[in-house]
Amino acid sequence: MLNEVTIRIGGESGEGTISGGDLLALAAARWGYHVYTFRTFPAEILGGPCMFQVRISSDHPVKSMGDNADVLVCLNKEAYDRSVHELRHGGVLIYDPSDFTPEAGDYITYAIPFNEIARKQVQLFQTKNMVMLGALSGLFGPPLEAIYQVVESKLSKSRKANPILMEKNTLALQIARDYVTQTLTKRDPYQLGVAEKADRVVLNGNQSLVAGALAAQCGFYAGYPITPASDIMESLAKELPQQGGTFLQAEDEIAALAAVVGASFGGVRAMTATSGPGLSLMTELIGYASMAEIPVVIVDAQRAGPSTGMPTKMEQSDLSFALNASHGDTPRMIVAPANVADCYSLMIQAFNMAERYQMPVILLTDQSLTARVESVERSAFRPMAVERRMEYSPNGANGMNGASAKAQNNGHADAAQDAHEYARYAFTATGISAISTPGPGAHPYSATGLEHDEHGHPDYEPEDHMAMMEKRFRKLDIAAEELPRPQRYGDVDATIGIIGWGSTEGAIQEAVDRAREKGYKVASLHPRVLSPLPDRTIRDFIRSVKTVIVPECNYSGQLANLLGAKYGLQAIRVNKFGGIPFTAGEILRAIEEVS
Amino acid sequence: MVQSAVSLTLKDYKSDVKPTWCPGCGDFGVLNAVYRSLAELKLPLDETAIISGIGCSSRFPHFMSTFGMHSVHGRALPVAQGLKMSRPDLTVVAVGGDGDMFSIGAGHLIHAALRNIDITVVVMDNEIYGLTKGQTSPTSPHGHITKSTPYGLLASQFNPIATALSLNVSFVARGYSAKPKDLAALIQQGIRHKGFSFIQALSPCPTFYNTFNTWDEAVAALPADHDAHDRGKAMTLALETEKQYLGVFFQEERATMDQAVHEVVQQAKDFEIGSYIARFA
Repeated sequence: MLNEVTIRIGGESGEGTISGGDLLALAAARWGYHVYTFRTFPAEILGGPCMFQVRISSDHPVKSMGDNADVLVCLNKEAYDRSVHELRHGGVLIYDPSDFTPEAGDYITYAIPFNEIARKQVQLFQTKNMVMLGALSGLFGPPLEAIYQVVESKLSKSRKANPILMEKNTLALQIARDYVTQTLTKRDPYQLGVAEKADRVVLNGNQSLVAGALAAQCGFYAGYPITPASDIMESLAKELPQQGGTFLQAEDEIAALAAVVGASFGGVRAMTATSGPGLSLMTELIGYASMAEIPVVIVDAQRAGPSTGMPTKMEQSDLSFALNASHGDTPRMIVAPANVADCYSLMIQAFNMAERYQMPVILLTDQSLTARVESVERSAFRPMAVERRMEYSPNGANGMNGASAKAQNNGHADAAQDAHEYARYAFTATGISAISTPGPGAHPYSATGLEHDEHGHPDYEPEDHMAMMEKRFRKLDIAAEELPRPQRYGDVDATIGIIGWGSTEGAIQEAVDRAREKGYKVASLHPRVLSPLPDRTIRDFIRSVKTVIVPECNYSGQLANLLGAKYGLQAIRVNKFGGIPFTAGEILRAIEEVS
Repeated sequence: MVQSAVSLTLKDYKSDVKPTWCPGCGDFGVLNAVYRSLAELKLPLDETAIISGIGCSSRFPHFMSTFGMHSVHGRALPVAQGLKMSRPDLTVVAVGGDGDMFSIGAGHLIHAALRNIDITVVVMDNEIYGLTKGQTSPTSPHGHITKSTPYGLLASQFNPIATALSLNVSFVARGYSAKPKDLAALIQQGIRHKGFSFIQALSPCPTFYNTFNTWDEAVAALPADHDAHDRGKAMTLALETEKQYLGVFFQEERATMDQAVHEVVQQAKDFEIGSYIARFA
């Protein structure tokens, strides 16, 4: 018996394929199993093929979506045609004989009349996905009890409105489970055992980002709807007012970042979230925030580009753009979470970086991570320190907080005095200058995108521009020293190194594990901060191995290009750019090929 | 030394940066009107923010000793709205030119009108692009010959007041830089008005399109019997092209988004991640 199973469900968008899969994943996770999901769906609201895959283990954490499906559930013929080649040899194919008859192959088949059970026995065709869940429970072990509970909790509102619906759902689950246990003979090895009690939460990347934004005391959000970032906006529209924050749906992405810049000028921690097309529109304001040294946080939920591209498909292809977006030489910071837990902690770190270094921070997630549901130890969501921008204090001590400075003044600013005293853009050793936030006793200044002197007044002298450029970039040098460094994973004496970024870490680490089991000497490095890069750590890593592989879900090898330009690295590039993330097996093959 | 807000005078609002405008520029009159209106309202320097975009007139914040943001071309309105939404305690005034507000940033006007966030916008309208040295603007008259319209402007002329009225902006007024006291009174009313206030300030460009003489002749006070609550009548007056009426065309008190949102917003409390994350258990 195997304690791990990867189940893929293929069907038509809009008929409950994804929601059925989500319920299965949630039920399994609540029962104490480790889960990791992957899904694809069309950009259309109804219709078109969609696919949901969940990897479930009863005794070990799962880091990636799995190489192949162990179990393929085909809710129609198209799902079979599209996915049967990705079914593991010896895997399980589940289908409805009224839809199609599969060709003979190296797999175990179970014919289950989903349509007939839903239509004739339950007498409500919409319960087809419940029929499927009941069958999966009977075959592979996620207890029906767990599924009941999840269905009940998820549908409680509509149940009140329609008690018949819940009855029908319950009936569908039970009939299907009884059908498989009484009619079918189990011929496959997949049987999930009893899981140990664990304290985990189950959520996707965007839900985790929202938790991070709230924990980071985000006080203002402005955004424009765009796939796959809209649910960040929808959640914050609901949650922010409950935490004392405000929300604005902007008329476009330019207005969104403009409003965020305005709010941050007012001293409020502010963010927006978008995808590639929206980030394109924001570029001028990214340059402004960098020049005027206004903290802002921008989430870019990458999707396959260029242009409108494939809005519901995954790609890691905005790194080059995020590094360079804006005309001129423009310092900015970039972070990229690798998993659901990271979405929480890096969101908080992004706010802290924006505040400390007074700079735009771009957080690069991607479509696969936005929707990826993981079971995460609850302890990953612990309170984290919230860092505030350095407020100007008239009495010298720059570290002094604004509130006490205002308390000492106990009144309003003196214009004449301020104009001479307060230098908003004062040259400092760190490049960080004390900011002034409007309010009683604060020291007024004008922020500007023009080159300026220490007081913020326009200044085009060559010496001033050079000194200001150096000041703004100095903040990146300081940050590179101050920010946490990535940890090496795998062999200390590795000959093969892998450097990745973003949502691919799980697949890379799983490939490293499997390669080491096969006797290869492998290690990986996965920097979370991509601007400024942790130079020393990366140089040391490159030096410590013979060959470096850089796997990326993009065409041109954007991290590989960066590492080549910065460190002269000639990496082995492994690029996947079909809109689907890496499997561990694909990276393992790359390791085997270079060995 | 602490200076109390009560003793603020006009000169306290002036920064020590000298305006970069050409001699005779209408924007001097608007700047003086803004100084005057802020001084008369005795607005504290540290709780007032002047937000601009890009253009000759958008240098404005640098000449003020209040807080200011000289932002990005066309984006003064969304910057100002973001600031006011999150800091409703501040007085926020957006300033800019006809290019900023009616061309590159024109789209933002619609949404500022719909939201009715309590900010005031003063548009210095000179019917020309000055900073880029004399190209046509949306408010240039049809047939106008400029560097970018050597055969005459083929498009129609944009009507700022009629547009603002059609968008149901809650305060719509027109002033003239050559009448800075009257303009200051309008700006004062606009700032006092709770909601989005739109003030077109005719502000000639003596260098690229000198309209002083034309406007001296065209301007006239709104009819004494004009009822500023009558949007239909205001529209009729706005559509009159021979005369450029000065004064408050329309004013209506209604809910502002910055206030409405703060009725929903609860008192800030310490966020507790433990209880938040429990929903995912």
